[in-house]
This record gives sequence, C-alpha cells and structure tokens, in this order.
Amino acid sequence: MKLQEAVAPGIRMAKYSAQIAGKSKKAAAGFTRPLLLTPSEDMLGFLSGHLGRAALFLITATSVVAVFLIFYFVIRESAPFFFNKSFPAAMARIKEFFTDSGWYPAATEPRYGGLALIVGSLYVTLGSLILAVPLGLFAAIFLSDIAPFNLRQICKPVIEILAAIPSVAYGFFAVMVFAPWLQKSLGFSTGTNALNASVILAIMALPTIISVSEDAMSAIGRETREASYALGATRAETMVKVVIPAAHSGILAAVILGMMRAMGETMVVWMASGNAGRIPSPWWDLSQSIRTMTATIAGDMGETPKNSEHYYALFTVGLTLLLFTFSLNLVSEYLLGKVMKTSRGGK
Amino acid sequence: MKTVKNHFGVFAAVVLAVMMFVSIATAEEKSAVGLDGSTTVGPIGDAFAEVFMKSHNCSITVKKTGSGDGVAALIDGRCDIAMSSRFLKPEEFKKAVEKGIYPVAHTVAMDGVCIIVHPSNPVKELTGQQVCDIYMGKITNWKDLGGPDMPIVAISRDTSSGTYEVFHEKVLKKQNMAAGVEYVNANPQAYARVKTTPGAIGYVGLGFLDDNVKSLKIDGIMPTKQTIADGTYLVSRPLFLFTNGYPKLGSVIHAFCIFYLTEEGQSIIEAKGFVPMTNY
Repeated sequence: MKLQEAVAPGIRMAKYSAQIAGKSKKAAAGFTRPLLLTPSEDMLGFLSGHLGRAALFLITATSVVAVFLIFYFVIRESAPFFFNKSFPAAMARIKEFFTDSGWYPAATEPRYGGLALIVGSLYVTLGSLILAVPLGLFAAIFLSDIAPFNLRQICKPVIEILAAIPSVAYGFFAVMVFAPWLQKSLGFSTGTNALNASVILAIMALPTIISVSEDAMSAIGRETREASYALGATRAETMVKVVIPAAHSGILAAVILGMMRAMGETMVVWMASGNAGRIPSPWWDLSQSIRTMTATIAGDMGETPKNSEHYYALFTVGLTLLLFTFSLNLVSEYLLGKVMKTSRGGK
Repeated sequence: MKTVKNHFGVFAAVVLAVMMFVSIATAEEKSAVGLDGSTTVGPIGDAFAEVFMKSHNCSITVKKTGSGDGVAALIDGRCDIAMSSRFLKPEEFKKAVEKGIYPVAHTVAMDGVCIIVHPSNPVKELTGQQVCDIYMGKITNWKDLGGPDMPIVAISRDTSSGTYEVFHEKVLKKQNMAAGVEYVNANPQAYARVKTTPGAIGYVGLGFLDDNVKSLKIDGIMPTKQTIADGTYLVSRPLFLFTNGYPKLGSVIHAFCIFYLTEEGQSIIEAKGFVPMTNY
C-alpha cells in the first residue's frame, strides 16, 4: 500500500507526459487543458488565487469601512456642538436643538433650533409618500397581475429610467415650470413650497416603490394565485385578499426605500421647497414654504468656517438625518429578509 | 491553465488599479500663485486667473472657501492672495502681524445688490427701513406699501452667499430675517423666482437685472454703476484682494493685483456683474 502511494505521483507524471505527447492530436478535438499542473504552475495558481482574493476582499472592505468612518466622523464633528462646556449646557443645547424652531446660526446671538428642519423633512417625506404609495401600489398590481407580459417588459424598464434622471433636472422643472403653474392655477402666493417638493419627491420615489413591490408581488408565485382561483375567488379578491397580504413585507420595504429616497434627497428640496425655516401653520397648509435638514446642510455648508459652532451644528443636523435614514434602513433590511424567506417557500 | 490565467488577470487588474490610484493621488499640481477666499470675489479671481495663465505662462489656483477662511489661509501662508468681500477684522490683523504677515488691501471692484420685484408690481420705491421690515416679517402685504392687496413673498439668497452677507449687513443691520423668508441658492434662481411670482421681492447683483424684473429705488436712489461705485446707493460694498505686504513690483502677483485697472480687467469685472473701480 505504502509503496503504491509513494509511486503514484510518478505514475501520474508519466500519464501527464503521455498526455502532453498526445496533445497535438487531441487539440483538434478541442481539449488542450492538461489534467495536472506542474508544481510551479500549481504554486502560481495558488498564490495568484489567494492574492486576488485578498485584493478583492480589501476592495469590498473599503466600502464597509467607509460606512463606519462616515459614522465616526459625523459623530466626532457633531460632538463639540453639545459637549463643549458643562453638562447642563450640553443638555440645554440638546433641548434647544429638538424643541426650538429658530435656525439663526449666523446671527450675533446664534440660535440652533432644529425642530423646524426636522419637521420640514418629515413634511416632504410624508407628503411624497401619501402621493407615491397609492400610485406605486396600483402600478405594481397592474404590472404584476394584470398587464400582458409584453407590456410589462416594456413598462418596467421605462419606469426605472425615472430613477436615472438627475435630481437637479427635477429641481429645475420644479422651479421653472411647476412653481409658476401652482401660482397661476391654484392661486398660491408662492410656488416653491411643501406641496411642490412633495410632488417632485413622489415622482422620484415612484420607480423604487413600483419596482420593489412588483418584485414582491411576483415572488408570491403562480401556485398561490391558482389555489385562490380554485377556491372560487375572483381576480380582484385574489389580489386584495391573497397576494397583497402575502407580499406585505415586501411592499412595506418598498415604501421604506422610497421614504429613504425622499428623506435623503437634497437638490430637489433645496430648489423646490422654498427653504423658509418654519413649521407651517395651520399644519395642513402645504402651500407654505418649508426647509429640510438636507437643504440646510447643502445651503449653509459653503461658507461656514471650519470648527466653528455653526459647523458643528450642521454636522449635528447631519447626524440626526443619518440616524433617521439608518433606522429606516434597518427596518427595510428586516422586512426584505422576510420577503426572501417567503419567496423561498419558508415561513 | 485557464483558472490560473483568470486569477492572474484579476490580480493584474487590481495591481494596475491600485497603482493608478496612487499615482493620481500623489501627482500634485505645481502652483505659482494661490488664491483663496470669498465666493463672491471668486468669479473675478477665476476669470483673471484664466487670462493670466495664458499671458504670463504660470499656474494659478483659485480656491473659494469663504472670506474668513481665505484670510486665515493668507495668515498661515497657505495662499499668496486672499480674496475677501469684507475688510479685515481687528483680531485678524493682530493675528497676522504676530505671524509676521502685513496684509495690504487692493480694492478690485464694487459690489451692488439691487432690490427687485415683479414688473406688474406698481411699487417703484422703498426705503431701506421698509425693505428691512419686509424681511423681518413686520410688513407682509403690498397694500401697506401702496401696492395691491397681495401677500409679500420675500426671497433671500442662502446665508452662505456673499450677496446675502452684504444685504444682511446693509439693509437688515445684522438682524435676523423672519422665519417665512424663502431662500434660493443662486442669483439666477432668485431672478427666476421674482420673474414668475407676482407678489415676490428679492435681491440680485447688478449684472442680473433686465426688463423681466423691476429694480426699486432705495431711499430715492436708483442702483446704477455710478451710485454703487460712489457708495450713495445703500447696498454697495468694496471687494478686496489681500496680499502679504505690497507685492514685489513686476512679479506675477503684482501684475495680478493691478489687473483690475486695465481695460480687459474692467470688462471682465463688468461681465461678472460687478462695478469696476473707475470714475464714472
């Protein structure tokens, strides 16, 4: 036994050389690759394989590290806003930031009240969702269950093109076309307001909502639908009572993804919302201008001296925004994970 | 062989990419003259630099970090010329002298800000105090100013712009604007908003005026090149370049700092919407 094992490589090498000798003949048959490698070739393959893998891992790791670094820097730059003096002063700062709506960072007696900015962000986000979610859901239902296959194959890519239009183009449309139209036809005194920003953001969130919730509905599968039909349900009943409940976590994830898009969007709200730092009163009056967190950062950052209080305050706004989107992201990850399970047949 | 090749190809590509990245990161631009400072003066600096790089065969870098940062860069020796839309503060002077830097001011141009309204608005003239009251939210309807019964939509530039700075200082006397004031991020956008909104009032640099908006007399004085240059118009201010000492005669920096006196320099300043320093 032992002898055989010791001899085996030699036998294999012999076969190998025989193979190489027959190579020219076999090449015609399209088989040129030897089954065995020489030790140096083997080593090279081993090394380059591992080095390549290590390099690719490094590249992947950079994006992971980037996320942590972003968190680290935003927290580091915003910390001095609170913790520069005593503990009570820090508490007063936090209280001012979350309860005061006066944002006057450049005044002689600066005020850093972020409430109006947070509320402004929530206004445009919720406003856009109210518009985009029903529209997106109906479109997704149509695409997944009603539209003929060919139409769906055309519609879906076209809808996804919406997501590729640069936001500054949307903003330009909002200021030059939509705002004057709102003033003329609805009689608003100003056209760049919460409604304008919400409508434009809704259009921007639509492709995400349609695409993701359509995927979720398609993932429910034919069997479930056929089972429902077999029980005598109509198409509408199947849709409302079977498919949508079954796909609910995917639909929710779609809504949250659209929400993140709306909340993090900067250029459009900066151009379309009017940037007046106040909370609308009465609260339902969307014809008033508002200001969001993203627009504040984009608008103020330009000429803010580094390491000034204003600079730290802007990073605090950024941190607040980051926490909002981060928690939304976690929720959507969780819900999307559920969709994956459903589509694999598990519960 | 195939797998080896594949791995090796990936590896080679990665190495190449890393090398390119490193070479890009380390390739630094040589700069003969560095400008830093105000975003308001920036366009003048850019346009001057463009002309200079052709005629004097030198490289000029123009950074626009804001007046305060520009002056700080001059004091730290990080730039040769600081652009500023305001004069130095006493503490900046003190700091500069302590570090052995002697800032010298060169006034390149005058900056005037015109108050504009929609052309259909019958109001022709306001006082500085009235404009201040509008932006502070004390006057909210045009009928209080002799116009139609129409709510006023006050439009301001973003607080980081130089145009805002001069307006805030000269008209509002550094008081806070009302929360209802809208902000836009560029002169053309302020112009567009006023052009399309009947109840709007806004302010833009002199270079942005045309027949689609109406410029108002302030305290009885119309903003023109002359009234801005001689300072009789309320919302005007000088724009500066600061150098460390008076630049060595015949040097590129010297030529740059007196370029505003030439006809070419003045036409550039006018094209950028500012008022050249000449006697009208």
